[in-house]
Amino acid sequence: MAIKDYIRERFFPHLWCSGCGHGMVLNALLRAIEALDIHKSDIVMVSGIGCSSRISGYVDFHTMHTIHGRALAFATGVKMSRPELNLIVPMGDGDALAIGGNHFIHTARRNIDMTAIIMNNRIYGMTGGQYSPLSGFGTMATTAPYSNIDHDFDVVELAKAAGASFVARSTTYHVQQLTNILKAAILHKGFSAVEVLSQCPEYFGRKNKMGTPADMLEYYKENTTTIGSKKKQENPDLLERGIFVQNDIPEYCSEYDKIIEQAKKTSGGKTK
Amino acid sequence: MAKPKLKEHLINRDWCKGCGICVELCPKNVLELDNENKAVAARPVDCICCKMCELRCPDLAIEVITEDDK
Ligand SMILES: Cc1ncc(C[n+]2csc(CCOP(=O)(O)OP(=O)(O)O)c2C)c(N)n1
Ligand code: SF4
Ligand code: SF4
Ligand code: SF4
Ligand SMILES: [Mg+2]
Repeated sequence: MAIKDYIRERFFPHLWCSGCGHGMVLNALLRAIEALDIHKSDIVMVSGIGCSSRISGYVDFHTMHTIHGRALAFATGVKMSRPELNLIVPMGDGDALAIGGNHFIHTARRNIDMTAIIMNNRIYGMTGGQYSPLSGFGTMATTAPYSNIDHDFDVVELAKAAGASFVARSTTYHVQQLTNILKAAILHKGFSAVEVLSQCPEYFGRKNKMGTPADMLEYYKENTTTIGSKKKQENPDLLERGIFVQNDIPEYCSEYDKIIEQAKKTSGGKTK
Repeated sequence: MAKPKLKEHLINRDWCKGCGICVELCPKNVLELDNENKAVAARPVDCICCKMCELRCPDLAIEVITEDDK
C-alpha cells in the first residue's frame, strides 16, 4: 500500500501552518505503518484537542477525536473492549502533560498496549502560543512576554519513572530514525511513549526568533545526538535520541484476560 | 544495488505550502520556490534520489519518482 492509501485525501491540504512539524510526524507515521503492512481497519487512532490532535482527521483508520487531555482514557476503553486492535494516541505537549499529565503517568504505569506519541512543540499552538509545561525556562510565549520562569519536564525521564515499558525520543529532522522508532513502538506489546520534537514555526518559532521551519529543523540536528554517543560525552547539554527503554513486562489486557479465566474457574464454572 | 535514476519530481501544487523545508534541506540544492511560492525542481540533473524532500515534506506534497519505482 502506498502512504496515500492511508489518508483521507479529501481533507487535504491539511490545516496545519506552512512548515509545521505535525505534518512531518504524520508523514513518518504513515511510512512506519506502511512498512509494517498493518491493515488500516486494524488501527484505531485516538486523539484529544490541539493542532497535534487534528492528525486523527487525516488518517483513514478508525479514528476518535475526543477531548483535551483525555485521549489516553478513551483509548484505554477502546483497547479493553477490542484488545486485538492497534491503538495509536498522538498528543500535544499540553494535551499529554499539562491537562493530561495524570492520564499519562497512570496509563504508563498500567502498561496497557498502545503507542502514545507526544508531539512536543513546546507551546500551546492551537490556542495562540501560550507556554506549556515543555516550553522551558527562559523561553518566550504569548503568556510569558518577559520570558518564562517555569521549568520543563524531561518527557523521557517522566515516562521512565512512570513505568512505561517502551520509551523513545526523536525529532522531525530525523525522519528516518523517527519512522524506525514508531515501527518498534507499534510492535512493542505494552505502553510505548514516543516523544517527537516537532516545530511550531507559527508561535514557538516566531516568539523565540528561531528562523525558518528549516532552521528549526537544523536546531534539532545541532542540539540532539544518539543515545550514549561520543558527542554526548563531550557536550552533556545535547538531548539524546533513540530507544531508552524496551522492557517485556506483563501487559494489562493480557493480565485482565487471565483474571477473567481465574474468576471463571474459582466460581466453579457458574459464569460460563 | 545500482544508483537510482530520477524519473521526475511529482509536486502537488495544491498541497504545497511553500515552507521551504525541501528547498533548504536538499543536499544537492535541486529545488526552488517559484514566484507562486511552490516548490519546483529547478536542477533535476543534480538530484541523487535520496528522497529526503519526500520524507520531510510536512504536506505530503512532493514525491521523487525513480526508474525503479513502478
Ligand atoms: C478542557 C479544555 N481546556 C482547555 C482547552 C483549550 N485548549 C485547546 S488546545 C489547548 C492546548 C494545545 O496545546 P498542545 O496540546 O501542546 O497542542 P498543539 O496545539 O501545540 O499541537 C488548549 C489549552 C480545551 N479545548 N479543553
Ligand atoms: S500553530 Fe503551530 S502547531 Fe499549530 S498548526 Fe501552526 S505551526 Fe503547527
Ligand atoms: S517541503 Fe513540501 S510543502 Fe514545503 S515547500 Fe517543499 S513541497 Fe512544498
Ligand atoms: S531526492 Fe534528495 S537530492 Fe533529490 S531533490 Fe529530493 S532531497 Fe534533493
Ligand atoms: Mg504543543
